[in-house]
Amino acid sequence: MTTFLGSPTFHPGTGNIRGTESFPDAARKALTDTQLRANLGAATTTIRNKRIAAVAEVDDWEELRRAGSALKADVMSRLPELLVQFEENVTARGGTVHWARDADEANRIVTDLVRATGSDEVVKVKSMATQETGLNEHLEENGIAAIETDLAELIVQLGEDKPSHILVPAIHRNRAEIREIFLNAMPGVDPDITDDPRALAMAARAHLRRKFLSARVAVSGANFGVAETGTLAVVESEGNGRMCLTLPDTLITLMGIEKLIPKFTDLEVFMQLLPRSSTAERMNPYTSMWTGVHPADGPQNFHVILLDNGRTNVLADEVGRSALHCIRCSACLNVCPVYERAGGHAYGSVYPGPIGAILSPQLTGTTGHDDPNASLPFASTLCGACFDACPVRIDIPSILVHLRAEQVDSERHGLPGGQDLAMKAAGFVMGSEKRFAAAETASKVGRLLGGRKGRITSLPYPGSKWTGSRDLPTPPKETFRQWWSRTHEDGEK
Amino acid sequence: MRIALFATCLADALFPESAASTVRLLERLGHEVVFPPKQTCCGQMHVNTGYQAEALPLVRHHVEAFESGPSWDVAVAPSGSCVGSVRHQHAMIARRYGDDSLATRAEDVASRTYELSELLVDVLGVTDVGAYYPHRVTYHPTCHSLRMLRVADKPLQLLRAVRGMTLIELPAAESCCGFGGTFALKNSETSTAMLADKMGNVLSTGAEVCSAGDSSCLMHIGGGLSRLRSGVRTVHLAEILASTEKIGSPA
Repeated sequence: MTTFLGSPTFHPGTGNIRGTESFPDAARKALTDTQLRANLGAATTTIRNKRIAAVAEVDDWEELRRAGSALKADVMSRLPELLVQFEENVTARGGTVHWARDADEANRIVTDLVRATGSDEVVKVKSMATQETGLNEHLEENGIAAIETDLAELIVQLGEDKPSHILVPAIHRNRAEIREIFLNAMPGVDPDITDDPRALAMAARAHLRRKFLSARVAVSGANFGVAETGTLAVVESEGNGRMCLTLPDTLITLMGIEKLIPKFTDLEVFMQLLPRSSTAERMNPYTSMWTGVHPADGPQNFHVILLDNGRTNVLADEVGRSALHCIRCSACLNVCPVYERAGGHAYGSVYPGPIGAILSPQLTGTTGHDDPNASLPFASTLCGACFDACPVRIDIPSILVHLRAEQVDSERHGLPGGQDLAMKAAGFVMGSEKRFAAAETASKVGRLLGGRKGRITSLPYPGSKWTGSRDLPTPPKETFRQWWSRTHEDGEK
Repeated sequence: MRIALFATCLADALFPESAASTVRLLERLGHEVVFPPKQTCCGQMHVNTGYQAEALPLVRHHVEAFESGPSWDVAVAPSGSCVGSVRHQHAMIARRYGDDSLATRAEDVASRTYELSELLVDVLGVTDVGAYYPHRVTYHPTCHSLRMLRVADKPLQLLRAVRGMTLIELPAAESCCGFGGTFALKNSETSTAMLADKMGNVLSTGAEVCSAGDSSCLMHIGGGLSRLRSGVRTVHLAEILASTEKIGSPA
């Protein structure tokens, strides 16, 4: 099986996929934001319950999940040939294919294409790929205004904020906050606007309608690219995507290389899995598909940029590879108890939550335990809710465990740290029943720490990380092993 | 049936009552329990913290302790997460280090190792173990029992048959308590936030006792409830099932 895609050396992904501080440090700040906690808790609980109901309607859901997983595994096992097939089919139908090794290259290609049209404004369909590359910021630096047309993305953009969720980028905002943002940053908004969702949506609609009618260039991502036909598909809920994909003269699509599916009929599986998993809908309101260009119908210039940005690194890891199966539904975020408390920004990357914890560090690679992305695989209790929710059965807990081992192994050459010594010591003690029993006896000094209270309420670092909020029981007078010897002396030895 | 007890390191050192109760319960049901003396720890903490090289000798040690073959029929542990480690991690670790024969042996041990509620319901075919426990109890289904082992409602089937007990449903029962092994230290603030919500749900039930099938999760929830001086205590599932009218709650 080949994973060689033209990058003979490790080429890390760049862009908005690495934060500036470790997960525990970033989470500490988020945890103190009571508004964020309330907004996130309410939103994830609602969508979690809706998804369970939507999934329960489908009798063959588990079979669909297995089919989605198998299709994606097939794509990964022959990605090079499928990419070439896709390129041939797009080109044959009048489109142009570009290849981008990383975020910077992708942004340069888009900028050059927009410049060539003479336009200084683009309308955008919500896209994780362009979030990943930081395209909007790059275009702005080059004098091109990028206007997000998805309502939540617009809220984030106008609020000069960062998205915190893959599907619901403004999940951390409530309607009172959104009203404030509109009043401050949306031109022409009624100063007496209420925080009624309909009033807010109508204001955004009027604002965006003006942009749709004036823009000559659109930028999108893609949910799926069909190798067999060169077709691209975008699924969305608001109709803004359809506006962008049909009205402008030029359409530029930035797509991760893992978004391919082999055949057009494979869409059948994913179009059942995606809406129910993401928005808990039986079918999303708008599905747009386009194949090349058609005279006098839709964009007359069509470009697709195939983005690597670290994906070939992920592909090369046989355990971690299935992170590329992700169809960006965000079901794992909505069921994750860590995401629910710490919020999306704590993950540092545009990919938050469980999928982000395995995807981001693989895309960027990590440079040592000080690398913020090195903390992500540890930002999980391994509770497994993400695996159960994933429509393409990505075994996120197992990949987290795998990446933790990679992280520890990558630093074995240096001086051992406190954790290394503790783990080695524990391994030594547990490696022999005699040593373990001796350690149990020795640990009874712990009874002194608890004194007559019967519980330990304060320990020195790193034990203080536990006793800061939790008591610890004092070791018992008698270990189980001792109880057994006392009560079952004739038992099997 | 001749049943080998895998006590688990945590129960052996800190929560002996959960292992002793497992022994009392199985003996009361007429089975012979043996304690393979070589056993220590399944190595789950090492695997889940990234120290797989350090886990390999522990996997080998566990397999050697429990593969003695026909001298016992099945092994049981009062812990969903330790059985989860034996079942889903041991062979993986052995294969990662190229020891295929150890992996095969580990799979054999795993195929005969059960969590307590699985053993009782699936293997021994019993849901009423004749227990008596006159308390108000709520039950937290631990993540690894639920999602690694798929024990489903087996613990609840057993608890529903306990006489004298009021079983109160725990809101958001399937949410993680925030323990996660070294997660509780590495991400202690997030862990504490998850614990706070779990404790709020436990307290909302008005139960006197919060029970679960894992000492580790109970150590977390119980540690928080103790700090709050909540008056709610944590009791392992095995202890409830081992209690009878005759002897009351085991000492």
